[in-house]
Amino acid sequence: MPFQADRRDILRLMGVGGVVFASGLAGAAGKKKSGNDSDFFFLQLSDTHWGYSGGANPEADVTLKQVVETVNGVSARPDFIVFTGDLTHTTDDGAVRRKRMAEFKQIVSKLEIKTLHLMPGEHDASLDAGLAFKESFGPTHYSFDHKGVHFVALDNVSDPAGAVGDKQIDWLSADLKKVRRDGPIVVLTHRPLFDLYPQWDWATKDGAKVMDVLLPHKHVTVFYGHIHQEHHHQTEHIAHHAARSLVFPLPAPGSVPKKAPLPWNPAAPFSGLGYRQIDVEGYDGDTRLTELPVVKVPA
Amino acid sequence: MVLRRLLMVATMTAALGSVVRSAPPPNEPVIAVTAKKWEFAPSRIVLHRGIPAVIELRSLDHKHGFAVPDLGIRVDVTPEKVTRVRVVPTKVGAFPAHCDVFCGEGHEDMTAEVVVVP
Repeated sequence: MPFQADRRDILRLMGVGGVVFASGLAGAAGKKKSGNDSDFFFLQLSDTHWGYSGGANPEADVTLKQVVETVNGVSARPDFIVFTGDLTHTTDDGAVRRKRMAEFKQIVSKLEIKTLHLMPGEHDASLDAGLAFKESFGPTHYSFDHKGVHFVALDNVSDPAGAVGDKQIDWLSADLKKVRRDGPIVVLTHRPLFDLYPQWDWATKDGAKVMDVLLPHKHVTVFYGHIHQEHHHQTEHIAHHAARSLVFPLPAPGSVPKKAPLPWNPAAPFSGLGYRQIDVEGYDGDTRLTELPVVKVPA
Repeated sequence: MVLRRLLMVATMTAALGSVVRSAPPPNEPVIAVTAKKWEFAPSRIVLHRGIPAVIELRSLDHKHGFAVPDLGIRVDVTPEKVTRVRVVPTKVGAFPAHCDVFCGEGHEDMTAEVVVVP
């Protein structure tokens, strides 16, 4: 099957061993249904922090470009790519923010996959309520359907307090009324929707209200960023998966007294960074996650 | 989920004693804390277990937050008014505090510590 061959191709290029996590998006993990017309995969990239400058990643000005080259260099083509926030590093200067967003847009325009779904992180949107993001990229929350799966991008960052807000939650309720209770739903967002570690602000203020809306649906999976590391959590039947960052890794929740980027390792550049391939098998939407490292592309 | 939230509130209330936002009762110690980009002053707040105290917060520039999740404290801190939090801590330890209203380039460093001593 060409899809399978392509998949091995991308794994070989990344230098990783294979699938590392399977998630029962449809509550049917382990069921093999490859080869359907409705099979597809997409990539999750997160926390690129374009504009960051500092010791935690002395190559921050090339990391995203390396990933663009890597993704373009394999024959396997995801149906689309999602960026789960913090596309740019924060700045108090609105003009610099817009410049960084324009530069980010220019870099990702080189991706040969043209369908990109972007959403903001607090670095992009919290200082101006998402104004510059909307000017540069469009709405901060939206939904779309792809091969039988309903995707929802939720904005929990335009409010600097890190809340979704009642208005957007009402929108979510109305949006999900269009979806069968047993239909597969993927939620994309920046902050965790559960209290992962509120001591480091790794939570969404009204995440519990969002979960109340999602829980009646049987097959929901959440992909998010913000915490700069792979993390998996289950709230009742809903799985939450955090992706690694493309700028610097952060420590495990509560593992150190103060949250700070993990130091750059010159012997292993880009270690701790990465992104994710998500295979969705069949109409009922089983997912398989593959964590992919950032690799240096030879000049 | 509703039950879980109720249990969380009950747990925090048990750990903290009480939190109210009103004028401090007489004879209770008041700890004044200022917030500004990107620091709290003082950044170390010492309380005594079982002794009521009032943390009195004021922002010197714009809106910030003051959150001590381990003690169930979470308030907005604005220039327009003084925000008072009455606490009766019931557990000893050092508890991280942070600004939880994103406030700019140094937001991640806007942290403090609440220390509860016997």
